[in-house]
Amino acid sequence: MSRINWRGAASVAGFVLLWELLVRFGGGRFEGIPTLAEVLRAFGDKYLTNAQYWQSWIVSFERVGYGFVASQLLGIPLGLLLGTRKIFHEVVYPVVELLRPIPPLAWVPLSILFWPTTELSIIFITFIGPFFIIVINVHDGVRNIRKEHLWLARSLGARPRYIFRRIILPSLIPSIAVGMTLGIAVTWNVVIAAEMIASDVGLGRLTWEGYVSHTATTVIVGMISIGLAGYLSTLAVAYAEKKLMPWRK
Amino acid sequence: MPNRRFWMMWFGYLGAAGLWYASVKWLPIASFRRLPDPFTVITEWLSPNPKYGISIFTHPYYLHILHSTYRAIAAFLLATLLGVPLGICMGWSRHFHRYATSLLGLLRPVPPLAWVPLAILIFSGTESAVIFVTFLVAFFATTLNTVAGVTSIEPDYFRASACLGASRKDILFDVIIPGAMPNIFTGLQIAMGAAWFSLAAGEMIAAQYGLGFLIMESYNLIQFPTIVIAMATLGIVGFLSSALIRMLGNRLMRWREQSLGFAG
Amino acid sequence: MRMVSAATELASRASRSKEASAGGYLTIRNVGKTYDADGTCVEALKNCSIDVKAGAFVAIVGPSGCGKSTLLNMIAGFDTVSSGEIYMDGRLVAAPDLPPQPGPDRVVVFQNGALFPWKTVLENVSYGPVRQKVLTRKQAKKRAIDLLRQCGGLDAVAGSYPAQLSSGMQRRVEVVRALINEPKVLLLDEPFRAMDTVSKTTMHQHLLEMYRICRKTIVFITHDLEEAIYLADTVIVMTTRPGTIKHIISVTLQRPRLPKMLFSHDYLELKRQAAESVHAEARKAFDRGEREQA
Repeated sequence: MSRINWRGAASVAGFVLLWELLVRFGGGRFEGIPTLAEVLRAFGDKYLTNAQYWQSWIVSFERVGYGFVASQLLGIPLGLLLGTRKIFHEVVYPVVELLRPIPPLAWVPLSILFWPTTELSIIFITFIGPFFIIVINVHDGVRNIRKEHLWLARSLGARPRYIFRRIILPSLIPSIAVGMTLGIAVTWNVVIAAEMIASDVGLGRLTWEGYVSHTATTVIVGMISIGLAGYLSTLAVAYAEKKLMPWRK
Repeated sequence: MPNRRFWMMWFGYLGAAGLWYASVKWLPIASFRRLPDPFTVITEWLSPNPKYGISIFTHPYYLHILHSTYRAIAAFLLATLLGVPLGICMGWSRHFHRYATSLLGLLRPVPPLAWVPLAILIFSGTESAVIFVTFLVAFFATTLNTVAGVTSIEPDYFRASACLGASRKDILFDVIIPGAMPNIFTGLQIAMGAAWFSLAAGEMIAAQYGLGFLIMESYNLIQFPTIVIAMATLGIVGFLSSALIRMLGNRLMRWREQSLGFAG
Repeated sequence: MRMVSAATELASRASRSKEASAGGYLTIRNVGKTYDADGTCVEALKNCSIDVKAGAFVAIVGPSGCGKSTLLNMIAGFDTVSSGEIYMDGRLVAAPDLPPQPGPDRVVVFQNGALFPWKTVLENVSYGPVRQKVLTRKQAKKRAIDLLRQCGGLDAVAGSYPAQLSSGMQRRVEVVRALINEPKVLLLDEPFRAMDTVSKTTMHQHLLEMYRICRKTIVFITHDLEEAIYLADTVIVMTTRPGTIKHIISVTLQRPRLPKMLFSHDYLELKRQAAESVHAEARKAFDRGEREQA
């Protein structure tokens, strides 16, 4: 069996075919929807060379970047503290558990009120999604560290600082990797919606404008662009994961 | 007898509330002042005659909750009914898996919320569109976790049932479903959480009733305490629904409790 | 001797059925198995030929990765052979163009235990007859309880889940689960591998007692030469990959086997003969870095 997934290619082709058929013969519902060919053509005409289009890529990526990085920089230490210091855990963890189920987007209005600029409020929303995910993952990761490793180090005379740096941190790399992978997906999801609600630039905004002006082509171009951007980010995180954990198959 | 953990927890809550209050009232940043403080929110929430019309005593509050819950449950059930069988097929048959993986992999990176505008155009109505988007998120989570569950079953169980005379139907019910259950339920919990997340967003963008809609509306009508009430309610309902699923899972998988020595 | 009555019942039932005397004669002819995943050919077995008489206890010994489990999978019908044939009681059960047909005539007891964790002991044991539609659920449960009781009072744990039992008890339950189907051949894939010495010794006695009375054909896979000699009539030594038959040893010890025989002159002599063979292969496997296939 060669490397190419023929069956998979077949099902994708089937999907595109279904799309074509639905648009041509699907009736009222699908009237305004363009076919894949039309979308590609529109993309080539209007977007490929449009500076504003690529600008929205940059804007969205920036927001994702800031929000995601901030969430990891703040979330990992918080997770560590929650996992290692008992009293801190007892005081702070209940609050985290309380705030966690609130969907990030529900924070949008408060965020807009709170932050002086729209940009910051969007970045804050982007931050919340992956933040809770990484905190929980790191916290669980610390709890799952095998006690034997810690005892061994201590019986060999290692000092707390050393144990922390050489045993706890490396043991957490898998949990951090999982947290980041989940987080980046959530981040994209959030940034798009936040843009739809509260911004005037970015890929989410582009899609929304397509909707508002009843231009389905724009909507689909927007969706595909967003999907692509999200996919690229996921690849980046997966690459980082592979570098950090070479021992995984 | 309340022990130390109990007191510490409440200390934490009080601390957070205090921080909230302090940042709203005392920090010298203008935009912070616009936020409602804890007292206002709580008194509004529990008041029989709330200033902005939403509290635990008012009818519209429960109307919004009902709308959101109905959508979430509808989407979730649909996702489960489609996702679990699909996941089982994908996990069991390698051919089927190859067909499906590429298609799913293509659709998955598109953030569910990006589907909202397209869904509205296709479904010509916000209600179905919101449910569709919510369904999509839950569907992916359920399917992927089910596949993981099926593929994680030790091959020896399949062999054992084969040499004991089981037919394919027997294998499905005797090995695959019980074996994949733990993963399926993890998937269901994640799906439920993700469903609420998507639902809130979908409602905020494009719906008539519901908690997400309430949040946006209160924002637009400058009824800030209500924003927080709606947020908190969303959190509570989301948490309860996940907890319900977890409890259901624990009952169905009694055998796990006894072997692991603790609850799921 | 509670095992006596259980096995007596099995034996009398067996003698009533017509094929009792011809039950479980295995002929393995030039069996080979080649795996071909992603274009890399791995020859796991090569030209294995074994004759197992009805009612014989045969042990197959070999180092890690030599393909003994693969051979067992061929006999049990979990996988197709790449070359050669396997006959049971004159009937062809495995050939290169024959689809794999596992069945209750050749039941397996697995290495890491394959009792269904989500079923109770009783449900596990009654599983076979119910699924084959040989007995109703009620009849199967009754037969299961009887068998469990006779195999050392295991009926006391009939309502427990496998994870609540010790590994020794789990293994015994698994043997009962196999026996209730009255198989022609009982296949055991390193069943006592993960057990401590004391439990292992107890299990040996249980197995020997059961064999003494119901005389089923048993094919027992192990890496432990001492265990093999102690339990079996014939010990087959396999080479490392590609696995083939190196050496066949007839165990001349008397039955019933007793623990004190482990120190007898005959036993030690047999061990000496076989040990060099086995260790040579083991060293080869070690040097090559062979691993047990999962």
